[in-house]
This record gives sequence, structure tokens and C-alpha cells, in this order.
Amino acid sequence: MTTKGTVKGIIANLVTVAVDGPVAQNEICYISLDGTRLMAEVIKVTGDNVFVQVFESTRGLKVGNLVEFTGHMLEVTLGPGLLSRNYDGLQNDLDKLTGVFLKRGEYNFPLDEEKLWAFKPLAKVGDKVQAASWLGEVDENHQSHKIMVPFVMQGEYTIKSIVAAGEYKIKDTIAVITDEEGNDHNINMIQKWPVKKAITAYTEKPRPFKLLETGVRIIDTLNPIVEGGTGFIPGAFGTGKTVLQHAISKQAEADIVIMAACGERANEVVEIFMEFPKLEDPHTGRKLMERTIIIANTSNMPVASREASVYTAMTIAEYYRSMGLRVLLMADSTSRWAQALREMSNRMEELPGQDAFPMDLSAIIGTFYSRAGYVYLNNGSTGSITFIGTVSPAGGNLKEPVTEGTKKAARCFYALEQSRADRKRYPAVNPIESYSKYIEYPEFEDYINTKVEGNWIKKVNEMKTLLQRGKEVQEQINILGDDGVPVNYHETFWKSEVIDFVILQQDAFDKVDAVCPLERQEFMLNLVMDICKHDYDFDNFLNVMDYFKKIINICKQMNYSEFHSEQFEKYLKELKTVLAEKQIKTEK
Amino acid sequence: MATKAFQKIYTKITAITKATCSLKADGIGNDELATIDGKLAQVVKIMGNDITLQVFEGTEGIPTNAEVIFLGKTPSLKVSDQLAGRFFNAFGSPIDGGPEVEGVEVEIGGPSVNPVRRKQPSELIATGIAGIDLNNTLVSGQKIPFFADPNQPYNQVMANVALRAEADKIILGGMGLTNDDYLYFKNVFNNAGVLDRIVSFVNTTENPPVERLLIPDMALTAAEYFAVEKNEKVLVLLTDMTLYADALAIVSNRMDQIPSKDSMPGSLYSDLAKIYEKAVQFPEGGSITIIAVTTLSGGDITHAIPDNTGYITEGQLYLRYDSDIGKVIVDPFRSLSRLKQLVAGKKTREDHPQVMNAAVRLYADAANAKTKLENGFDLTDYDERSLAFAKDYSDKILAIDVNINTTQMLDIAWELFAKHFKPEEVNIRQSLVEKYWKQTSYE
Repeated sequence: MTTKGTVKGIIANLVTVAVDGPVAQNEICYISLDGTRLMAEVIKVTGDNVFVQVFESTRGLKVGNLVEFTGHMLEVTLGPGLLSRNYDGLQNDLDKLTGVFLKRGEYNFPLDEEKLWAFKPLAKVGDKVQAASWLGEVDENHQSHKIMVPFVMQGEYTIKSIVAAGEYKIKDTIAVITDEEGNDHNINMIQKWPVKKAITAYTEKPRPFKLLETGVRIIDTLNPIVEGGTGFIPGAFGTGKTVLQHAISKQAEADIVIMAACGERANEVVEIFMEFPKLEDPHTGRKLMERTIIIANTSNMPVASREASVYTAMTIAEYYRSMGLRVLLMADSTSRWAQALREMSNRMEELPGQDAFPMDLSAIIGTFYSRAGYVYLNNGSTGSITFIGTVSPAGGNLKEPVTEGTKKAARCFYALEQSRADRKRYPAVNPIESYSKYIEYPEFEDYINTKVEGNWIKKVNEMKTLLQRGKEVQEQINILGDDGVPVNYHETFWKSEVIDFVILQQDAFDKVDAVCPLERQEFMLNLVMDICKHDYDFDNFLNVMDYFKKIINICKQMNYSEFHSEQFEKYLKELKTVLAEKQIKTEK
Repeated sequence: MATKAFQKIYTKITAITKATCSLKADGIGNDELATIDGKLAQVVKIMGNDITLQVFEGTEGIPTNAEVIFLGKTPSLKVSDQLAGRFFNAFGSPIDGGPEVEGVEVEIGGPSVNPVRRKQPSELIATGIAGIDLNNTLVSGQKIPFFADPNQPYNQVMANVALRAEADKIILGGMGLTNDDYLYFKNVFNNAGVLDRIVSFVNTTENPPVERLLIPDMALTAAEYFAVEKNEKVLVLLTDMTLYADALAIVSNRMDQIPSKDSMPGSLYSDLAKIYEKAVQFPEGGSITIIAVTTLSGGDITHAIPDNTGYITEGQLYLRYDSDIGKVIVDPFRSLSRLKQLVAGKKTREDHPQVMNAAVRLYADAANAKTKLENGFDLTDYDERSLAFAKDYSDKILAIDVNINTTQMLDIAWELFAKHFKPEEVNIRQSLVEKYWKQTSYE
């Protein structure tokens, strides 16, 4: 028998319920109100009083309204047909909702129950299987979607029967498996999983080492992220967080991209809705939308489901990782999620931590980031979830709790800087403060040295040193004046400007420059480093600036031209002529 | 509010604070309205039969035996075409001496638009002000505030934008407006002969501050009526949102909530987002565009109000007094319209995005040169030229008294480039330079 209750108190979306039976922490319940049912989650229990956060507006709710508990936590439904869909934070299919405005209490089934999928068995009768074992596959948008033994099933099972290749609906039984006690279990193509628990059906989680190419130079070349890695992008508003995040999601070499728009602007989500069905995946040539799932819980949608949305997204990511796929999960922004936690903690009158955030904020963030990773599955294949979250630091101050908490959890740090954004140096990633921990992993160094070229890391580090040096010299020039420093100080500064303009800056709105494949990044890095390694013949500082501006201009034109096109080669030739004018022959 | 015979009247208030009253009552819905001694109040907390109400006007003079009548509804507005041309207070009652509006009663602060039903904004809103149209192009369905110091002419610029924007309806939500500014708006709209396109909801500094909390929802409910039912292009002006947020802080403080940054309630972001996200382009052609004002204290944008606003809105506009030309300009560094790329170079000439960025970059070079000058260093020839460019650019493009179309703006920018720089100094794609570089170089 399920537990029932009645509403006793209401403060905004925190509702107190008197219950007549057992309830579990995080259990889902429904509150009846004028013919609709509002979904809510248990967040605190004291005696017979249960505190629930309602995922909807509580307007008009009264004391005495009936509450029904479901006996399970917040779950998502996993199965073929998730790709290309737009869900809200509770996995309602937004396209299936009627009307222009969202109606409260309207929930729907997230998949298509009628669609026929071409199923091919991968296992045979008599095989021993366990949770997450692949029983068969269907083709979902040209990717192999594995039908697995549900993650909730513990222990070992034997396949008693499995259907032949053919077309089936998601609720058709495709296999019967027998447990150790001899009980039979029917398996269809869908399963459910509580979002707040990690899916751990894999054997090992090694350190990640494979580069995840994003086509963004300042990431791939300077601060690479890896398959199964974690990163975060903090930045005040207007520094280009969303543009950078969209660029990564469009260009990254991933099989599946899940975007959790968590408490951000609705028009930004609309931009994805409009663009992704048209844009092509640069790696496969298919439409971007075919590999994408969007979880949209924009800032005007209910706060409590904002918190749920990141977990919903992560659970779907874990599901696809278990199929041996490379998943990229982006959450914009994790600060809004933290604020949702703060609002609830505040209403429950918990003692606040810094900036009124809950005390365990940092632990919650850490646990969430740790669900990403590169894994060896039970059958020896690999899968990965790369997670990149944005952080919207209050007042642009990186010392605030969400940024600090995330810094402990994420391995890549892409600090967006206001002053770079003000000077329109996009992407406004600060090249000196940002870092990727992966670049220090010997596994990564081995990998990248074979994938790109030997000594790659060494070259990148040399470039970083030049940038650092350029910054120091610039400060000295600012203090001492242009003619208060030796001419070669100007040369050092302008070399760092060449790196800045040609490698770091990238025009996300230019068709050619937006995506820079690794091969091209390698070419440009070598070209620029070659420019920087030479000495030049200048008699005064004025010439230095003019000369390097000319070089920057030619290199920028190269960035705007198709790689190795006629135009590109023309500019390259021009560059060589200009370099020959001033370059002193001996290389440093 | 007339008392109806069948309504139960409560007369025993158990607690009174500066903004709230509590009493025991049954069968009360969350967010429901009531009158206490004739003053409008709203349910904010229910605990068993203990009901706490927020009294909009404040609780001065309310006795413990005041008559409390629950109205069985949440705040609402009667919507119809009769709203046009009218002035209302925060409760939606006329303040212009005219009759009550007849129409359908709609709850204010209604549900959000399903994101998949939104259309991507794509219509340019031309204001003639180059600091906006060239550098920070506005698009219908956008939400954008002016971040301004209290002494800046933001209300004037906003009124200009509203009049030139060719909207079907302009809805003014005035919060803590001084009586003078209220009359200013009234006069401007009246003189322009557009009063029939205006709907105003006004809370002046003479009205109780907590009443302000209803203004944005009132204005946006009216906006939704015209945009959804009539497919009109609606422009909503909200001034001043800082005073709105201050009212939120007052209420949250009176309710003993733990304040977060800058004494603001922890829910400030969600509260503001609920308002600003009403900006939308509907597929049927109607749209709601929100232009708001957030006044800053001492230019500090890290304060919780402008900070949270900046994360919600699609850009922000800054005004600044430029002493070199003696005019107020739209600051090109800090201003930003996030939706500009949806129209720049698409609805405007192809060179728009690159010209815009190049000009701002060169203006930044001038700012560096200025720092050098102030520190007593010698300027290079390039520094001198960028300073001269900055002055021209400020006067002909950034000043708020400019009123030209975008093609003229682009032509002027190219002229200024040619006057002060060499083509390789502007860093623009070669094909565009070849096409638009003015031959009349001053070199």
C-alpha cells in the first residue's frame, strides 16, 4: 500500500505534508490540486511531518490537499529514441506538450511507444549476463544503441530466450533472463533509473588520456580536455561563456552531446533548437541534432526542477556511456543549480554557509563531477562522459563558493576574463590563469605525441612561457614608457601579441575560423613558434609595432581562409616575404 | 473592494510586523488575496491554520481587530483593448480619472512559455542611435537593461528608443518613479501623439514601496494580452528595477529569511528571471521586448542586483559622459547586445559585424594611448591617430543624439577608418576592405 498524506503548510514551493505511513528521503509524491497533480520530492522528514519541494508553482494550494507517495525516487526512463529530443528538467518531452504556455501538472512519457526499432541480438541463449550487459542493438540516428540488462538487476543471469532480428516496439519483450534462483525476468528496450544515483555498471575508471578535439585552439592546443575529463568555464556575464560552450558542443568529437540548459536564458536554448537541426557535425557530416539531447530548464521554469535537470542529464549520459559511446555533457550553468539548492536550504531554515549557500555545496558539486569519466565496461569496451560546466560567479568574483567548490572538482579551468572580453579578444579565456591538469599526465603526453607530433607538450609550454614573458614585458613598458625600455622588449611583447591574435583568438562566427582541426592547429602553432623563435632587426620600437601588426594581419587572413586553399598559400607566401625582410638568419 | 455577504470576515489578527499580518483561518489558498482593513494583502505563508499575509501598503494603523476578508483569487488584471491609452496603479486600478476597464480577468504572473514554442528573435529594432544600432543592435523579443547611474538621462533615452522602435504597443511599468519622471513620460508620449499606443502601470515614490512588486507582472500581463491575442509587437519599459529588487529585499527581511549577497533574498535571480523571461517572440508574429533600467550605486556592477540582472538579460547598455566631446555616449566597451549577431550582417549590410568589432578594438587602442598620455609618456604616431579616431567616433557614432540608419553608420565608420588608419591596421577581412575602404585617405 502506498503512503498518503495531506498538506499542512506552504511557503512558496516548500510544502509540509502529514503522512500516514513510511516515506523515503527523495521519494517522489504527487499533490492533488483542482484536478491536476503536482510532482514533488521529499527533502526532509521530521516525525510525521514530511517536507517536500514542489516542482511547480504552488499558487492556490490549500491545507488539506491530498498527497500520494510513489515509493520511488526521481527516475528517468532510458531507451532508444532519446536522441534529438528536447526535455524539461523532469524529462517531459517539451514538443509533446500542447499550447504555447507550460501548464502545471502536465507530465508525459518521454519516448515513442509506437515506433518500431530494427533490433539485432548481440547475445545468445545460454549466455551469462549481468546489469548493463549488451543483449542487442538498434540503430538510433545511425549510432548503435545497445539494449542492456537493466542497471537495477543485481547478480548473474542466464539468457533463456532472445528474439530474432526484427522490428520491435520499446515495450515488447526482447529477451527473458533467468536469475540464480531460477526466476525468469522479461526484458524490453526500456529501463528506469533514479537520477541521483550514479550508474556504476563498469569494471574500472582509469585516468583519462585521449584528447577530445573541440576545434577551439585555446582549448585543444593550450589547455586540452580529454575524453572522460572534467572542465569548467567560470566567467562574468558578457564574457562569452555561452558562445564558447555552444562552440564546443557543435564541434567536439563526441558520439553523443547532452546539453543541460539549467536556469539560463530561454532564447539561448531556442538558438540551439534552431541551429542544431541545420548544422552538420564536422566529424560525421550528419546533422548535429541527430547526436544531441537537450534538457531545457530555463530560468523562468520552476526552481526545483532546475536542480533535477542536471541529474537527469547526467543519468542519460551514463546510460549512453554504458553502450561504449563517447558522451559530452555540458551544463549551463551550474551556478543556477547551486542557487536552487540555496533557495531550498533557505526555506528550510538550515544554517547557511558562505553567501547563504548550503554547507555541503562543495561536496554536492564534487560528487556530481565525479560521475563523469572514462571507463572500461564489463565487456572490455570503453566509454566516456566528458563534463564541462559553466559557472556564473556572482560579481565576476572567482572567490565565491560555487567557483571554489568547482575548482576542487574539475580538472580543466577555462577562466573567462572581463578585460579580454572588453577588448573583444574572443574567446576571452585567460591564457595564463587557465589550466588543464591533463597536460601533466604522462599517459596524455604519450598519446598526444603520437597523435600530433613528438615534443608537442614542450612546444605548448614554450608558447605559454612566451605569453607570460610578454605580459611581464608589457607591464614594464607601461611603467617605464615606450622608449624607457630596450627595443627587444617591444619585440618580446609583440611576439606574444602574435600568439594572442593568431592562436588564442578565434572568430566563432566565421565559417572557416570557427572550427580549427588539430592538423591545422599544429600547422599554425609551428608557424607562429617559428616566427617567435627568430630575432629581428629593428632600430626603434615604432617599427616593431608596425611590422608585427602586418604579420598579425596576414596570419589572421590565413585563419579566415580554407586550410591549404589557394588563398591560404598566397598569404603564407606573403608572410614568408615579410618575414625575410627583417628576420635575422640564425635561429635562437 | 466591496464586502460580499457570503464571505467570512475574520477579526482576530494574531501578529503584526511592518509588512505582514498573521491570523488563523481555514481553507485558504497559497498566494490568495485578502483585504485587511480595506488594504490589499497576499498570502505568503501557510502553516496549519496560521496564515501570514503580506500587506502591500504597509501595516501602519492596522488594529488587531481589523476586518480581514479573503477574496478567493490571486492578483489579476482585466485585459481588453480598453487598456490602451490608460494609466493604472500597481493594483490595475485607473489613476487617470477614467472608468474601470471591462475585460477578461487574468491572473498576473502567469505560466512561462514552453521554450520549444518560442521563435528565434530575428527582427531588428532600429533606434537611430548608432551606439545601440551599430554596436549593440536590439532585436524584438529581447530583454535588455540600461545600467545607469541615477543622474544619467536613461529615462530620456528609453523614451526615445520607445518612440522610434515602431512598436504596436508600449507598456510602461514605473516603479518608484518620481512624480516628475512620471509626468515626463506622460508628456513625451502625449506630444508624440502616441498616447493610444501606451499602457502605463505606475508606482511613484509617493506610493508604498511594497506595491511595486506587482508592477512588472501587471505590465507583462497586459503585454501578453496584446502579443498573444492581438499578435502585436509590444515593447515593455521597466524603470527602475533596482527599486523593485529593494522592495523584494524589504519583504524577505520582514519574513525573517536569511539574506544572501548584498542583503538581497537568495531567490533574487529566479525572481528577476521570471520577469525578464517574459520577453519572447511568438511564432504567430506577436512579440514582447523588454527594455529596463537598473540604477547602479556608484557604478558598481558587482552588486547583486545588476549582477543577477546581467546573467538574465540579453546584454546591457551603459551610458557614460564623454568629456572629450561633452556629450553622453553609449559606452562601447561595457555595453553588449547578445542577440545582435542574429541581425548584424544578416538584416544589415554584410560588413556590419567586422566593422563593429574593428571600431571598438581601435577605440580600445585609444583608451590605452590615453592612459599613456595621462602617465606622462610620449605618444607614438599610431597613438595620436587612434586618439583622433576615438574623438570622431565618439562624436559621430557613440553620442546619444545621433539619429541615422545603419548603412549610414557603417559608411561613417569606414570613412573614419580611412581618415585615421592604414587598411592593415584595422584587421578586417581583406575582401571587405577591398569593397568598402574609402579611397579618400587622409594620409
